Amino acid sequence: MKLTLKIWRQKDASSKGKMVDYSLNGVEGDMSFLEMLDVLNEELINKGEEPVEFDHDCREGICGTCSLQINGEPHGPDRLVTTCQLHMRKFKDGDTIVIEPFRAKAFPVIKDLIVDRSSFDRIQQAGGYISVNTSGNTVDANAIPINKHAADEAMDAATCIGCGACVAACKNASAMLFTSAKVSQFALLPQGQVEATERVQNMVRQMDLEGFGNCTNTGACEIECPKGISLENIARLNREYYSSSLKG
Amino acid sequence: MSALIKSSLARKVVMALSGLFLVFFLGQHFVINITSVIAPDTFNSWSHFMGYNPLVQYLLQPILIAGVIIHFVMGFALELQNRAARGVRYVSYKGSANSSWVSRNMLISGAVILAFLALHFYDFWFPEMAYKYIEVNPEDPTRYLVETAHKFEPMWRTLLYIIAFVLLALHLLHGFASSFQTMGVNNKFSSGIKTFTKIYAIVIPLGFIFIALYHHFNPITH
Repeated sequence: MKLTLKIWRQKDASSKGKMVDYSLNGVEGDMSFLEMLDVLNEELINKGEEPVEFDHDCREGICGTCSLQINGEPHGPDRLVTTCQLHMRKFKDGDTIVIEPFRAKAFPVIKDLIVDRSSFDRIQQAGGYISVNTSGNTVDANAIPINKHAADEAMDAATCIGCGACVAACKNASAMLFTSAKVSQFALLPQGQVEATERVQNMVRQMDLEGFGNCTNTGACEIECPKGISLENIARLNREYYSSSLKG
Repeated sequence: MSALIKSSLARKVVMALSGLFLVFFLGQHFVINITSVIAPDTFNSWSHFMGYNPLVQYLLQPILIAGVIIHFVMGFALELQNRAARGVRYVSYKGSANSSWVSRNMLISGAVILAFLALHFYDFWFPEMAYKYIEVNPEDPTRYLVETAHKFEPMWRTLLYIIAFVLLALHLLHGFASSFQTMGVNNKFSSGIKTFTKIYAIVIPLGFIFIALYHHFNPITH
């Protein structure tokens, strides 16, 4: 299939970027979206041009490294997949595809389609951990009885890969879904109770400091999340935050 | 507690609680207004009570006005902050793929409601304040129905009210249910809450439209 690609090109963080049009032939339906970009980059390199920089790592949908706003949606038009798992069969011959970096003040562009998502790391560092003794007498986690329902919900929250699609999709560039998943995965489990109060306070404070927007409950994050993280986590984050605030 | 006051979540709580308060007020306003159609004497007596009861006038009315101001000021402030959080805008942004128009455009529906409130105050609140506190007229418990019905004689005003009520319905369709999510309510009761809020969001504005049309087509001539 033949495609027209409109791609954001930006030399570095301080340069002004712009959309550049590329025409690409010979795209197969079985190619992943990133393989399609690989083909484009080979052509660009052969022509002596600068290849399009984009984030990728595992290409198996589990690492959360790939991003891309494709035709106005993070990770493209398919549901519950990351960009690396999006296949070109979702597009038609002659299509024009607009490819942009995830946009948020807290995700500054480094180059072309690569953004700096270390703000997520700093939110995680602010409280996304538990106290576990690992010095020789570690207690087997399975020895602690955990309600099946709570364990399932915690596992669902823990499937967040921190890709940033929630921020990219949200009209307010809010990071509430990410933060709520990282709070929930511990709030639901007995191991998470030790730091429960400080965790939610510190992670929300860091989220605000990073300059993310406010959640207005549009639900766009839940729809675009490649791992299907539920809005129930945001309600839980809110409850955790209010109750920890009242505790002082 | 001080962290709560400064945080983004606190601002959301302010929006949710002030919104819920205004939703409750809207229901009470509707109950009084519908009596103008089904029980005119009751409308006059209830309106007179609301207009002269010291508790309503000097406590509830200022609280209501404060609620309106807080909701609007906070709403606009959050919108500015949210726009700044995006930074560079997308060339292509397909919001319709993942969210409803009303949820993304609460600012538009809110701005229309604010403009409507200005008209509504011009029509009813300012004349009422002038009648009682500037002209210092004597109490007249029979005047309210005639005054209300008279306002809806011009078609332009009736139409403006109808447009505002449609936007109010859209605003409530997202805002009412959303306030429960903000307060942390997302559990087995959520589907029931969503159904109730959607019915409320449609029935109450439709009721206000009915009242406006009723008075437009049934003018009081004496």
